[in-house]
Amino acid sequence: MRRFLLIAPPYAWLLLLFLAPFAIVVKISLSDYALAIPPYVPKFSWDEGIGAYLSQLDFENYIFLTEDNLYWKAYLSSFKIAAISTTLTLLVGYPIAYGMARVPPEWRPTLMMLVILPFWTSFLIRVYAWMGILSNEGYLNQLLLWIGIIDTPLTILNTNTAVYIGIVYTYLPFMILPIYSALERLDESLIEAAEDLGCSRLTAFWLVTIPLSKTGIIAGCFLVFIPALGEFVIPSLLGGSNTLMIGKVLWEEFFSNRDWPVASAVAVVLLLLLVVPIVLFQRNQQKQQEAEQ
Amino acid sequence: MPNAAGRLTCPAANSASIPDAHKICTDVVHAGRGPGLTTVEFEPWNDPQEKPLIHFQNVTKRFGEFTAIDNLTIDIYEREFYALLGPSGCGKTTLMRMLAGFETPSEGTILLAGQDIVSVPPNKRATNMMFQSYALFPHLSIWENIAFGLKREGMAKADINDRVDEMLRLTRLEQFGRRKPHQISGGQRQRVALARSLAKAPKLLLLDEPMGALDKKLRQETQFELMDIQEKTGTTFVIVTHDQEEAMTVASRVAVMDHGKIIQVATPDRIYETPNSVYVADFIGDVNIIEGTTTAIGEDSYSIAWADDRAPLTANSNTPFSDGQKCHLAIRPEKVAISADKPSEAANAVQGKILDIAYLGNISTYHVELPSGVVIKAQAANTRRISRRSYTWEDTVWLSWTATAGVLLAS
Repeated sequence: MRRFLLIAPPYAWLLLLFLAPFAIVVKISLSDYALAIPPYVPKFSWDEGIGAYLSQLDFENYIFLTEDNLYWKAYLSSFKIAAISTTLTLLVGYPIAYGMARVPPEWRPTLMMLVILPFWTSFLIRVYAWMGILSNEGYLNQLLLWIGIIDTPLTILNTNTAVYIGIVYTYLPFMILPIYSALERLDESLIEAAEDLGCSRLTAFWLVTIPLSKTGIIAGCFLVFIPALGEFVIPSLLGGSNTLMIGKVLWEEFFSNRDWPVASAVAVVLLLLLVVPIVLFQRNQQKQQEAEQ
Repeated sequence: MPNAAGRLTCPAANSASIPDAHKICTDVVHAGRGPGLTTVEFEPWNDPQEKPLIHFQNVTKRFGEFTAIDNLTIDIYEREFYALLGPSGCGKTTLMRMLAGFETPSEGTILLAGQDIVSVPPNKRATNMMFQSYALFPHLSIWENIAFGLKREGMAKADINDRVDEMLRLTRLEQFGRRKPHQISGGQRQRVALARSLAKAPKLLLLDEPMGALDKKLRQETQFELMDIQEKTGTTFVIVTHDQEEAMTVASRVAVMDHGKIIQVATPDRIYETPNSVYVADFIGDVNIIEGTTTAIGEDSYSIAWADDRAPLTANSNTPFSDGQKCHLAIRPEKVAISADKPSEAANAVQGKILDIAYLGNISTYHVELPSGVVIKAQAANTRRISRRSYTWEDTVWLSWTATAGVLLAS
């Protein structure tokens, strides 16, 4: 009984705040578009009964997603953008995490603080700040013109490059923290042992440090990849007209076209696509826990 | 394979492949040091013809203001089992890390087989180290751990297989090759670490507190195993330890260190029997230190005036003392005899009261307080049942020892 009480809150939470809304989204995705409030039919009424209600639901919207190639292009493009940004975040984040794990211990809390400091400002404001930096008359172009590296301003804002910059910037802490925690536990004598057995610094890093921080790398990559895939704010504010991301498509479907059923179908498919990396992520975490025991 | 074979200590092995070279080395070594088998005394340090494998020349190492190693000069010979013994912070680990290449001396030179190795990085040195934490790679199997160094050498696959199997046999780990380090016991991990550091057949093996993590019984077994492996492979071992019993058991010579200096280097028996200072006498084993002043009474024979003014002590010493010089007489408790009656023939005999008895089963240590307040420890084997002991707490007893029992040390 006590055990039941202990595990009840998280399950109640999941049921109330995830499963119930998700069931509603699934239901809407099976409905039809209509000029009404809310903008879809059928509506449930007690008079007709649940059987008649269910018989009106169909998979029309899902079939529509496969017919219009905008959608699968948007999914594919989102995967590409998320994958490239994850790789870039890893390349930027790993050296930072490595540096943090190698400095004297008394410095580490300060550096950790600096990594999470951006969270103290609203995410939206930070993205707007990037618009100010990256625009044609922005700080970056002013600086580069002033130094004399370029003659004409670079067009960065409203391109995919700006989206990459935005995603790498926003999700960097999610990459740094798990890698840092893996590297911090790494016993320095393992590196010395590798060198003692004939490795150069570089091979020791490749053969010992990288494999032993693998769980941190995998965790960081998933923590960046999963939200980046459904990202909406960054591509719509920093991206251009040819930045195609599923989050943006979803938003437009929902608010511009007011086609709730199709938007819901897009959301359900996105979630199903994300289940794969989430399950892989879970498995990685489990493996890590087992290794620590 | 000239490169790999060149690492061996055994000169006869230069052209042979490693496994064969090993057998030759084993034969050569058995003629040398080895309990029971000893035919020739292994004392290269007494042979002026012998060249040291390791030579430290005026080596100093400073970390900022702190001097870890202070102008130190030592020689370590081939096939030695050399123990660096001292309290923590005495510089013994720094000394070893300089041999491995993880620290560079602030001043002085280190020669390995005649070559200056100060500027050689750890991965290019013919030394291997067994780490205190063992530092086994957790993501690799036992087999891969042992093969790690061989692979870096670019050894052929078949040779790696042979060598790793040989190492697994040597350390009795044949069945564990496929396991990961966290799947085996502490003692087995210790043997893996040893096998891994021996796999490359280094000229010099460095052992940093190799048995620190083992319990006492396992440690004692492992000490003998380690000596056995050292003899079999003919490798020069340098061991760092703070455990004096361990150093005495395994080492051919023990270097006692304090504050970055070597206080005494000698064979275990000489370190114990003839310490050169109060520090060494006190650090190794149990000892009674009696302060006094000397007066010569014959050749190498001195009378010592001390706290108990009624009976001056007599002691022999090879080092000369002037009359009235302050001295310390160091006597091991087991060399002090205890008896209920006054012994008829003894160079030194004092009377006192038993203050304390430490019963250790096989032996007992008696703390005897003399009238002057000095407490002297005497050890006696418990040859009779404890109930039949002829003296106990508060009893007055006689302590006696010969003139050669103690060591006379200058202050």
